[in-house]
Amino acid sequence: MPIRTVMKANEAAAWAARLARPKVIAAFPITPSTLIPEKISEFVANGELDAEFIKVESEHSAISACVGASAAGVRTFTATASQGLALMHEVLFIAAGMRLPIVVAVGNRALSAPINIWNDWQDSISQRDTGWLQFYAENNQEALDLILIAFKVAEDERVLLPAMVGFDAFILTHTVEPVEIPDQEVVDEFLGEYEPKHAYLDPARPITQGTLAFPAHYMEARYTLWEANENAKKVIDEVFAEFEKRFGRKYQKIEEYRTDDAEIIFVTMGSLAGTVKEYVDHLREKGIKAGAAKLTVYRPFPVEEVRELAKKAKVLALLEKNVTFSVGGALFQDFSRALINEKERPIIVDFILGLGGRDVTFKDLDEALAIAQKALAGEEFDEVNWIGLRKEIL
Amino acid sequence: MEIPESVKKRLTLPAEEYFYAGHTACQGCGASLGLRYVLKAYGRKTIVTIPACCSTIIAGAWPYSTLDVPLFHTAFATTGAVISGIEAALKAMGYKVKGEDGVMVVGWAGDGGTADIGLQALSGFLERGHDAVYIMYDNEAYMNTGIQRSGSTPYGAWTTNTPGGKRHFLEKRHKKKVIDIVIAHEIPYAATASVAYPEDFIRKLKKARNIPGPSFIQLFAPCPTGWRSPTDKSIEIARLAVQTAYFPLFEYENGKYKINMPNPKKEPKPIEEFLKLQGRFKYMTKEDVQILQEWVNRQWEKLKKLAEVFG
Ligand SMILES: Cc1ncc(C[n+]2csc(CCOP(=O)(O)OP(=O)(O)O)c2C)c(N)n1
Ligand code: SF4
Ligand SMILES: [Mg+2]
Repeated sequence: MPIRTVMKANEAAAWAARLARPKVIAAFPITPSTLIPEKISEFVANGELDAEFIKVESEHSAISACVGASAAGVRTFTATASQGLALMHEVLFIAAGMRLPIVVAVGNRALSAPINIWNDWQDSISQRDTGWLQFYAENNQEALDLILIAFKVAEDERVLLPAMVGFDAFILTHTVEPVEIPDQEVVDEFLGEYEPKHAYLDPARPITQGTLAFPAHYMEARYTLWEANENAKKVIDEVFAEFEKRFGRKYQKIEEYRTDDAEIIFVTMGSLAGTVKEYVDHLREKGIKAGAAKLTVYRPFPVEEVRELAKKAKVLALLEKNVTFSVGGALFQDFSRALINEKERPIIVDFILGLGGRDVTFKDLDEALAIAQKALAGEEFDEVNWIGLRKEIL
Repeated sequence: MEIPESVKKRLTLPAEEYFYAGHTACQGCGASLGLRYVLKAYGRKTIVTIPACCSTIIAGAWPYSTLDVPLFHTAFATTGAVISGIEAALKAMGYKVKGEDGVMVVGWAGDGGTADIGLQALSGFLERGHDAVYIMYDNEAYMNTGIQRSGSTPYGAWTTNTPGGKRHFLEKRHKKKVIDIVIAHEIPYAATASVAYPEDFIRKLKKARNIPGPSFIQLFAPCPTGWRSPTDKSIEIARLAVQTAYFPLFEYENGKYKINMPNPKKEPKPIEEFLKLQGRFKYMTKEDVQILQEWVNRQWEKLKKLAEVFG
């Protein structure tokens, strides 16, 4: 029987790792993710997880040790955030390029400077071109489920890409919520016995991995990553369907909320989706035709689903906890890619908010709504808007 | 080519080859010789990890490989961490790692990848006690990027970023003693070796194989391209590095030091003998040579003391 309990997202992530039975875990502490490796080391110490736990001396080494272990042919897991993920950056490319299905849990946190330990998505968004799959959880249950899903998708022969699962610093990592821990046997059936489908280091079958590739070959190697990302779109749908069948919880790349007949759809990710759904209820009560949509999958970017979503709205209001300087938020860029050549498309208005843990309130959303309504009315509006700025300290 | 048994018997090195001809090292490259010896010592059941360095190129570009064992190319700073991960994974899968019939997990990194950018990962690897062998092939500069100084470059050397010039801008720091940093971790086995003494090197590799825990070997590996030396003098230069006590051969085993000089009774030759065959030292003044000689004397005395007290 699944266990219904309450726990923080960090604990849920550690439980997901335990259920997935990785053979090697290498991790380094960083707020707000520290509890994940702590909890995992407890599992290992108590004999509840049979794995080698490598207490590395940095995140650069954490991901490098995972790369080595994965290349040798075992399932691996690590957790990090912010500066730690940034420190991993170089090696993230290598993990993807070598097609190693490593899973990383990310407690989404702002980047220095200035120093800030609170939530935004800049850390993982900044890794979007590494080739990794990216999932974002709205709550602690999703954090657990998406880690299991990430393993399954990453290890699929048609994909073979590493994956990160993000959940918001403190809002989720440190907040206790009801979580259902699935049965080990069901997870075992879902994930299957680990068997590397990628080339791996086997003395009986010597191969070279990560070799020098001249201009005559490099592009093809990169193209296979492109293809793997495209393949992942279909595989993710299949895995979501299988997950629902086995565990009874439904996931979609884009989850919609009251979008039928909506004029303005607020699009966001992570825990902010909860606030936004409530806000939409509040607007609906006032007779404003608003809806919400949440991206659970950010990479591969769900281009087709975005196009479907776009058909339902006159204005897409993107609520983003990240910045791509002089462009807007990363979602703005991605949505533009998906919609630029559509014959009919909604207006897109971009909102940057909630950086470095700033609370996003209904007042902030009212500010965004007012701008979205201007766009809807055909009035002039700014494409990129910083919401909730304290002008008095600027 | 099959080697007749009668010849094999007389060989002082294993006849087996896992490092093939057709590699892309320069003529007279010490690093390529060293890697060949490593594979001769360890054989087929070896997994090699190489960070960014000349050996990345030496091992061949896709779809070719000079090595007939599994080879993993990794980022410059990561050798210590990657071999830790490989070792942990092999153990988790139930393989025997190290020992006579165990899988050998080998990190093969340059001096830059070890003394500088990879020092942290090396330290982590040593401290955690993984069953793997880390070999630093020391050609005393960043050769792959075109001969820039590293922490392991000796005093007085020309490199492309210590170019001499009017202000006599040569390397003004002494060689970083990586082996001492390693020994400070009190690992079971650490040693220096030289491509000029392959029997000694292979003996040390085999010893490392059978001592549990992390092992470290610093291998002196001349680079004619970067040292501005004749390609047929690499072995002679490496031999002189030992004979002048510039790069003495020794072992550190479970807290004990043992010097393994080829002629233990002989006094070291003057450092000039080592310097004069290499263009990289041609800008040194008499005082520079004196400064380097004093450093060599100091290090040598220290080592002898260590061997005496902790022998
Ligand atoms: C992070 C990073 N910085 C810089 C480089 C460029 N780089 C590649 S090899 C190398 C020097 C390698 O020197 P060493 O380790 O001594 O090996 P050698 O080339 O001398 O054999 C440098 C600086 C790199 N590949 N990665
Ligand atoms: S530059 Fe030096 S180390 Fe590199 S391949 Fe040539 S000789 Fe060997
Ligand atoms: Mg070098």
